Amino acid sequence: MAQIELDLAHAYKPNPRSDEDYALLPLKMSFADGGAYALLGPSGCGKTTLLNIVSGLVKPSQGRVRFDGVDVTARTPQQRNIAQVFQFPVIYDTMTVAENLAFPLRNRGVPADRIAKRVGQVADMLELSGQLHQRAAGLAADAKQKISLGRGLVREDVSAVLFDEPLTVIDPHLKWQLRRKLKQIHQELKLTLIYVTHDQVEALTFAEQVVVMTRGRAVQIGNASELFDRPQHTFVGHFIGSPGMNFLPAEANDEGLRVAGFRVAAAAPGLRGPLTLGVRPEYVTLAPAEADGAVRATVTKAQDIGTYWLVTAQIGDDAASVIRARLSSHGPVPKAGEAVWLRIVGPRTCFYGADQTLVEGVAA
Amino acid sequence: MKPVNQKAWLLILPVIVCVAFSAILPLMTVVNYSVQDIISPERRVFVGTEWFKSVMRDDDLQGALLRQIGFSFSVLLVEIPLGIALALSMPAKGWKASAVLVLVAISLLIPWNVVGTIWQIYGRTDIGLLGAALARLGFAYSYTGNATHAWLTVLLMDVWHWTPLVALLCYAGLRAIPDAYYQAASIDGASKLAVFRYIQLPKLRGVLMIAVLLRFMDSFMIYTEPFVLTGGGPGNATTFLSQYLTQKAVGQFDLGPAAAFSLIYFLIILLLCFILYNWMQRVGTADKEPGHG
Repeated sequence: MAQIELDLAHAYKPNPRSDEDYALLPLKMSFADGGAYALLGPSGCGKTTLLNIVSGLVKPSQGRVRFDGVDVTARTPQQRNIAQVFQFPVIYDTMTVAENLAFPLRNRGVPADRIAKRVGQVADMLELSGQLHQRAAGLAADAKQKISLGRGLVREDVSAVLFDEPLTVIDPHLKWQLRRKLKQIHQELKLTLIYVTHDQVEALTFAEQVVVMTRGRAVQIGNASELFDRPQHTFVGHFIGSPGMNFLPAEANDEGLRVAGFRVAAAAPGLRGPLTLGVRPEYVTLAPAEADGAVRATVTKAQDIGTYWLVTAQIGDDAASVIRARLSSHGPVPKAGEAVWLRIVGPRTCFYGADQTLVEGVAA
Repeated sequence: MKPVNQKAWLLILPVIVCVAFSAILPLMTVVNYSVQDIISPERRVFVGTEWFKSVMRDDDLQGALLRQIGFSFSVLLVEIPLGIALALSMPAKGWKASAVLVLVAISLLIPWNVVGTIWQIYGRTDIGLLGAALARLGFAYSYTGNATHAWLTVLLMDVWHWTPLVALLCYAGLRAIPDAYYQAASIDGASKLAVFRYIQLPKLRGVLMIAVLLRFMDSFMIYTEPFVLTGGGPGNATTFLSQYLTQKAVGQFDLGPAAAFSLIYFLIILLLCFILYNWMQRVGTADKEPGHG
């Protein structure tokens, strides 16, 4: 177990010049001992690279990795005492399930009785006890992945356990089970867990702290509500939530804040000039006609998503100002073609500057 | 009702014709010879299984068969581990990989009789590099005089000629192992030996099977190299089955016994390949799985 500190950048190419050459742009980050973290982002955002740097499979081209203050940049995964589970199941074909689980312990010369005990515990946790003496090669993909998970969890003294999208090959209903299991294991063993995924639900349910990444940059670290209510970057607003945050071009001056010609809020300190207004579809509400601070919009699409309606509308006459709202199916729901008034500014409306990052300042 | 179109048979007709002329008819000719005593083109007598019986009682043949089996298994014993070792030590990528691949493959491009000639000269004690060097070291090497030396030279020749094939097959097999396996092994703290034993060797099973079968069949039919080197001698130290067969069929023109023996030869290869194949299929999959087939 260890506190992991990163202060590094990484490029797979030698002599990186522009930002595009970097798989990971310079970042500083620390993972607390015993925490459950998720690295969340789309494919190619650098999350697996970051994970492999923590484990020691990839050496960062610049900077340092520290475990409990000790520089481990040059050390191998073995020396760092890291466990890692990969996206696709890796099993040793010729071994039984039990031998597979025992392998990391056997390689470290753990006494046989302790191995047997620990393998039994891990198999119980992952519900593999019934298959312990079967050959691993003949099992289904999800059972194989459970073996991989088990090999990651079998050592008690690891610095951290890293998961690289480990549930990709697992059936949806088993995914839930395994995710709960992992959470439970985390609470029992207090291991540091770092979990890479592109699935926001997986990240938000599993981790205490989620690191949202895009294009080699960690744009925000926070818990679920921070990411949902105060996205620090438009990417976070866009990536988290289903559907993501609405972004509308806005203009702020001394008279107030205007969106597509409508005055939506009074002037607020800190908000000046051209801005991007971000509001979650959940926080867009219907307003009475001509209400102060509301915008007039024409509904272009209204979809029934079961528990709620997803209404897409165009504000004013501006084709660029399209907004989506999640409306409860219990209240009134406008139909396509109807004109509605929507309130888009509230305490949870965020504003972004030209660099796509959050501008402090709340409009009401 | 499914539509029936008998004209579809026409589509496979070319294949049937080709296979008939290339395999079935020649084989049937051999079967035909093997049950007859052909005294002259006009006079022939049906003799039944007589040729088979006499051939199988032939001491020379039994000797050749034993030598052949010994030789083929020696070939496998040397070439397979050597090929694996070679493949493991070859660079994985970059220009070095391409260069090494070409270098390793060179011997595969040399025709059999040229290989025989090369080694015949190479082993000569007066002008050959190997022979002269051994002679200088005080070693009485002579592939023409000493049966063991001749046998070893043929084995060495085959190893030199064909180990690269095994190496290339294994190399391809090794490159097909996903990186995640090596990464997982490194995370699990596996030693190099454990990586070989638990990842590389099991993943090479498929290509090794091909390599073993190819090398076995090929070495079991070896003819040209010993023929060029010593003509099967000294004595009959390097007279393998093909040599023996050729002596019978071409040398003495005993078509009946030669045909009977060809069929037996064919069946031996078929049988041994069948046994090898099944054994290799079973290695590493059948054990440790009680209750499963």
